[in-house]
Amino acid sequence: MTLHADTMHQAKPTVAPALPGWLAHLAKSRETALFVVLVALIACTGLARPQFLNLQNLRDVLLNVSIVGLLTAGMTVVMLMRHIDLSIGSVVGISAYGVGSIFVAFPHMPVVIALAAGIAIGLVAGALNAVLVAIGRVPSLVATLSTLYIFRGADYAWVSGGQINASSLPEAFSKLATGSMLGIPTLALIAAAVLTGLGIYLKQFRGGREHYAIGSNPEAARLAGIAVERRVMGGFLISGAIAGLAGALWLARFGTVDASTAKGIELQVVAAAVVGSVAINGGAGTILGATLGSLVLGVISIALVVLRVSPFWEQAIQGALIVAAVAVDTLLARSLAKRMMRKRDHG
Amino acid sequence: MTETTLETNLDTDMTSPPTPRLALRGASKSFGPVRALVDGDLVLMPGQVHALLGENGAGKSTLVKILAGAHTPDAGELEIDGITRHFSSPADARDAGIAVIYQEPTLFFDLSIAENIFMGRQPVDRLGRIDYDAMHREVADLLLSLGVDLKPQQLVRGLSIADQQVIEIAKALSLNASVLIMDEPTAALSLPEVERLFAIVRALRERGAAILFITHRLEEVFALAQHVTIMRDGAKVFDAPTADLTTANIVAKMVGRDLDTFYPKAEVAPGEIKLSVRGLTRTGVFKDVSFDVRAGEIVALAGLVGAGRSEVARAIFGIDPLDGGEVRVAGRRLAPGRPELAVKAGLAMVPEDRRQQGLALELSIARNASMTVLGRLTRFGLISRGREWSLAQDWGARLRLKASDLRAPAGTLSGGNQQKVVLGKWLATGPQVLIIDEPTRGIDVGAKAEVYAVLADLVRNGMAVLMISSELPEVIGMADRVLVMHEGRISADIARTDASEERIMSAALGQADSQLGRAA
Repeated sequence: MTLHADTMHQAKPTVAPALPGWLAHLAKSRETALFVVLVALIACTGLARPQFLNLQNLRDVLLNVSIVGLLTAGMTVVMLMRHIDLSIGSVVGISAYGVGSIFVAFPHMPVVIALAAGIAIGLVAGALNAVLVAIGRVPSLVATLSTLYIFRGADYAWVSGGQINASSLPEAFSKLATGSMLGIPTLALIAAAVLTGLGIYLKQFRGGREHYAIGSNPEAARLAGIAVERRVMGGFLISGAIAGLAGALWLARFGTVDASTAKGIELQVVAAAVVGSVAINGGAGTILGATLGSLVLGVISIALVVLRVSPFWEQAIQGALIVAAVAVDTLLARSLAKRMMRKRDHG
Repeated sequence: MTETTLETNLDTDMTSPPTPRLALRGASKSFGPVRALVDGDLVLMPGQVHALLGENGAGKSTLVKILAGAHTPDAGELEIDGITRHFSSPADARDAGIAVIYQEPTLFFDLSIAENIFMGRQPVDRLGRIDYDAMHREVADLLLSLGVDLKPQQLVRGLSIADQQVIEIAKALSLNASVLIMDEPTAALSLPEVERLFAIVRALRERGAAILFITHRLEEVFALAQHVTIMRDGAKVFDAPTADLTTANIVAKMVGRDLDTFYPKAEVAPGEIKLSVRGLTRTGVFKDVSFDVRAGEIVALAGLVGAGRSEVARAIFGIDPLDGGEVRVAGRRLAPGRPELAVKAGLAMVPEDRRQQGLALELSIARNASMTVLGRLTRFGLISRGREWSLAQDWGARLRLKASDLRAPAGTLSGGNQQKVVLGKWLATGPQVLIIDEPTRGIDVGAKAEVYAVLADLVRNGMAVLMISSELPEVIGMADRVLVMHEGRISADIARTDASEERIMSAALGQADSQLGRAA
């Protein structure tokens, strides 16, 4: 038995430590680094203002981050393939108003149907993006920028100055935001379920890995027999569906929805993805990283309130964080490349 | 390395009469009016390495793309193991057991070695989840059988081109490929890497694979191939067992003429000193480099890659900063670190990597050729198309540029013709001194001969040329004097009459003259 265990152990390939321990670890797992940053943020704010560490704040962070985190996960799938989806803010807006309108017409609609309706609205929007990018060959930046305006414009025309109020929503639906299970808000549980599912899909399934392959080298992906256009369309459908779901959840959380709902949230989402080390050039990034990225940004925005920093600084700090994240990535990549070169020369 | 055993599923049936594993007959392919392939003919036998030779534009790439399923031929017949096949996609070729390894491997840099090999066909469990353990085990076995020290979990980013090729080979093996097509695999490899690749190729051959090996280096043909096919102008012109051939008759068949005009070295009496370099030093890169180049003289800067040759050239031209020393062009001192002043003083530099540093590939040939002298071509501050055009046509004719249309993007030209555009662009500035880094890297034999002819013309007209080159025959054939660099210093200054491959090599390796003979 012991002998077996020994040989097993030896047979296990161990990656030679080319970098000093901590650097190697950081390079390999940006998630760990982000987690450390997150804990440090919470600890430091907690030390400066002990009242920061209360349950209400924690709930707020979770509720805020749930929606942004969902959107960031959808964005991750798209960004992995070197694309971007700028239309998600508008999709959230139109889905929130759409689901609200259905509630006004059918006040007794079951919650599940409401969520499904949100997803359906998102799928339609995602399908338009998918067709433009994968079949129309419009660069995704341009395609989703135009659908950003199209969806928002349609939203304005539809809403025409009106709004949905919490009073039109059934109790069961509002419970999504106010209710909780084992102390965790239902909204956060829904988000966690979706994120876990998406994370497993990207890591464990062929289809998921193909998103990485496409972003890493589109030409090689084609040669490997991957149906690139189909995967790209799939990515925009996922992103759209998630934005639609997020719209329904937004309605449940805030109750009041008008034509400018979730305006500009797409940039916050891209920021969270980049901070979460999802590569803007595709091929690299994880749902866990993206989620940690949105958590870090979410915690900072509440911490700034607690620390009584002017809210104007929040955006500047977000910007600085993006620069820092990209700089760290670039520096690490460079030092890694240098070490590989040196190893090659002397090896 | 030589004891490597390859576990592949290639079947070798020794008793049957030799059916070619792959036979292509009378294949042709046209792109619009251009006939890229007129009469493609190729027979690959199992257990044989077959070299495919020919100048760029001879139709090799078209032939490879037909075999890879990327192009559908207009006519001709393809047989695999005696059965007629038609490929309509790369997947068809792959399913028929054909694997192509391109010069620049197409891999996923962000993914692990194992994922690269198994992308799209990863082993999965009942739920459809990828079985990473099984995949890693299988890849570890594959890599072990190839005798390389790589781990399945390693990211491909950061691997050398050589290792990337090995991954492509491993992929081919895992697909049970019985025909391996390697398109200039050694172009970017160092010597030990080439040897490792050769060992792998030989081992594959032993297992019965049919291998098509495309290269510009004739010594590799003799080291590896049993059979040679030579193409010219889109058709097979010759094929024979390697044993019946010599370098001279291969080159003659490739270019369609004899070798004696290959190095057209003109005897020119050197004139006054045009370029004078004294005590040039850049800490940690090169030290105390001094030499002169006279009008009508070609001075070669030889040495191993990394000895500091290109760095010296860059410092002379003013791209890189200096820590000491001075450069004079025609007696006048150059301000260090100012390339634009160097150009004004009559210095021109053709860089090593023309695709990266020498050309704007998307711009037209004419625009590229006039890039250095745009200031002279302006009228009322705008570039005059007419003047640009006549300049490009003038240099195109003088350099015998083969281009159907000067408006076409420079990236569409063959390597040799790209080099001519870069040359023309610099010659248009009317330099007195030309620094040229690896003038014939990656271009075919015919284009090489033309580049040599251009250089010979230039020195005949009084140009001073500093030529950096890693190809010893070129150095010996073209240079009046050979400066050899070793670890950042000039270790030898050899006159044309004394230059031999052994002598240059031993100086490049830093060995004293007394050890001569043992070096090579």
